[in-house]
Amino acid sequence: MSVVEPTEPAVNRLTQRFSDLKAAGRTALIPYLTAGDPQPAATPGFMHALVEAGADVIELGVPFTDPMADGPVIQAACERALAHNTSLRDVLSMVARFREDDATTPVVLMGYYNPIDRMGLDDFAARAAESGVDGVLIVDLTAEEAPEVVPSLTAANLSPVCLIAPTTGEARIKMICENAGGYIYYVSFKGVTGSASLDTDALAGQIAPIRRASKLPVGVGFGVRTPANAADVSDVADGVVVGSVLVGQIAEHLDDEAGARRALSRTLGDMRAAIDVRDDKRKVKQTEKGEHA
Amino acid sequence: MSTTQNTNPSVENPAGANAHAWRDTPDLRGHFGPYGGRFVAETLMAPLDELAKAYAEAQKDAAFKAQLDADMADFVGRPTPIYHAERLSKKAGGAQIWFKREDLNHTGAHKINNCIGQAMLAVRMGKTRIIAETGAGQHGVATATVAARLGLTCVVFMGSEDMRRQATNVYRMRLLGAEVRPVESGSKTLKDAMNEALRDWVANVDDTFYIIGTVAGPAPYPAMVRDFQAVIGRESRRQMLERAGKLPDALVACVGGGSNAIGLFYPFLDDDSVKIYGVEAGGDGIESGRHAAPLSAGRSGVLHGNRTYLMQDDNGQIMGTHSVSAGLDYPGVGPEHAWLKDIGRANYVSVTDTEALAAFHECTRIEGVMPALETAHAIAYAQRLAATMSPEQSILLNLSGRGDKDMASVAEAAGETL
Repeated sequence: MSVVEPTEPAVNRLTQRFSDLKAAGRTALIPYLTAGDPQPAATPGFMHALVEAGADVIELGVPFTDPMADGPVIQAACERALAHNTSLRDVLSMVARFREDDATTPVVLMGYYNPIDRMGLDDFAARAAESGVDGVLIVDLTAEEAPEVVPSLTAANLSPVCLIAPTTGEARIKMICENAGGYIYYVSFKGVTGSASLDTDALAGQIAPIRRASKLPVGVGFGVRTPANAADVSDVADGVVVGSVLVGQIAEHLDDEAGARRALSRTLGDMRAAIDVRDDKRKVKQTEKGEHA
Repeated sequence: MSTTQNTNPSVENPAGANAHAWRDTPDLRGHFGPYGGRFVAETLMAPLDELAKAYAEAQKDAAFKAQLDADMADFVGRPTPIYHAERLSKKAGGAQIWFKREDLNHTGAHKINNCIGQAMLAVRMGKTRIIAETGAGQHGVATATVAARLGLTCVVFMGSEDMRRQATNVYRMRLLGAEVRPVESGSKTLKDAMNEALRDWVANVDDTFYIIGTVAGPAPYPAMVRDFQAVIGRESRRQMLERAGKLPDALVACVGGGSNAIGLFYPFLDDDSVKIYGVEAGGDGIESGRHAAPLSAGRSGVLHGNRTYLMQDDNGQIMGTHSVSAGLDYPGVGPEHAWLKDIGRANYVSVTDTEALAAFHECTRIEGVMPALETAHAIAYAQRLAATMSPEQSILLNLSGRGDKDMASVAEAAGETL
């Protein structure tokens, strides 16, 4: 019988990535894709293309028959993925395949609770960690129900990424932050994914109470459509989440995987460039401020 | 979470060891045992809290109750009578079958009991826009009716497949001034209409009140809708004591989401002598897989804001359902029913399309009461149950709705065209 040496807990790729970016004064670019859209074999290749175009973290959507918080673009993506019977197990093997060639880019699974519940929470957490998943965002898991779920995730070194909305009051923000890990996903407006465009001026004020409640980085999503949106969000947030615009590109190239990959690269690359310019400007300003002080 | 779940409830013993575990439910977070709760996107938590608070305040307000009672009497036509279905009883050859006549309500079903209550809350909360989901259209019609009366904007979400099957109800809603918005996603039926209503609510939380039509959804809906429907059980319990001189030996009601059933059952839960039967849609038969009977053949899961029994596959995807009755064609069921099943206080059974259609025809021909196809499921089971009981015993059946809306389906099943 061998004696197992106690090991240091593995460094979570997500935590590592955000601390590296912070040190470098960079804003995280976080693209979202629905796994299995338009078919399961395409997903790992799309993920690599996103990383090459400048993704810092990838949110991978687990398809569900009833995506009640998603707009028509992501609903359609779920339907395409489910037409190929893409299951949670399949999504985990896509992540494992992605991990064969990318050991560093953090992957966050985003989806609804029922497929995870069906697999069994502990079983899911173990398999997800083994496949190389770093964080889990369960859209319909509220802070009230989260205490029954979060311990299983953290025990497997998975970060429980949580949503905060414009309707979330300060007391709830505190409660949510207590159970959160990785980063906070701020939903920038009242609506489903992919609907209105965002009001970046109002964002800073909305994020302030989250900053008071938590040291976790804040990503902003729902409504980032253009490179200019992305750059504006980078002024106030630590991360920019882009979903429906990318999924829309896949929808436009359903029978052309290479074309879809190019479109994803181009769309995300333009956002990366816009964010980098803004990050650089901010750094210059800060240096100037430091010199004048 | 409660750990009092009965591992082996005795189906034939409604007052089993844990049969009273319903008394402490729902808890403060809306749980019925392990079921219920709130599983929604964060944006909806604030409006749900606002709703729960407004409802709690309304419950303590004598003026709210007085207005509700007045509307139930003058606008809905309550109390509805109970009726001794003597010929149906004789034919079944056993227990006496009594109908609670919810079909005599304004708009023809029990649905309006809940709509009146929720619409009054909406007005109290200053909301000016009402949304609702509907399957067969009965809840949509009831919602459009109360919205018309109160001068509220009304949008009803309905699967495009259901709109085709229930064209008359679509027209009724439009006549009442509601906008009927077709839902083209997923299976294009009730569950997808509910998804779409939730999406609309997320985007319009400031001015919009979502009137959920059944005892499902996130807390406080399951308990609130039950409370508004419990008038059915309160009235009929009193009426049975007056007319039959004793409590019924059994209650029977159909269960889709389960609002008419819980409305009947709830005031009887403490009456240990009363057995309780909920009848699900067996479609082509449970063994065929083509049905809508999550309590009979589903598994615990999370959908539309609550944990309950669901029709789902091994990967946790929600399965398509089938029933001749659009109102029962839903893959979930109210969380309180899930808990009543687990603790053994209520029994859940199923009736096939064929059996329900036969009961529809029989009840129509020998009682002159044309039931909704949903209700026909309860009638079919009551006939079967009555035959196992004695003539001194009685069954109280919730005649939840009238069948006028189902003419096309009944004709189609008989191979006729209207």
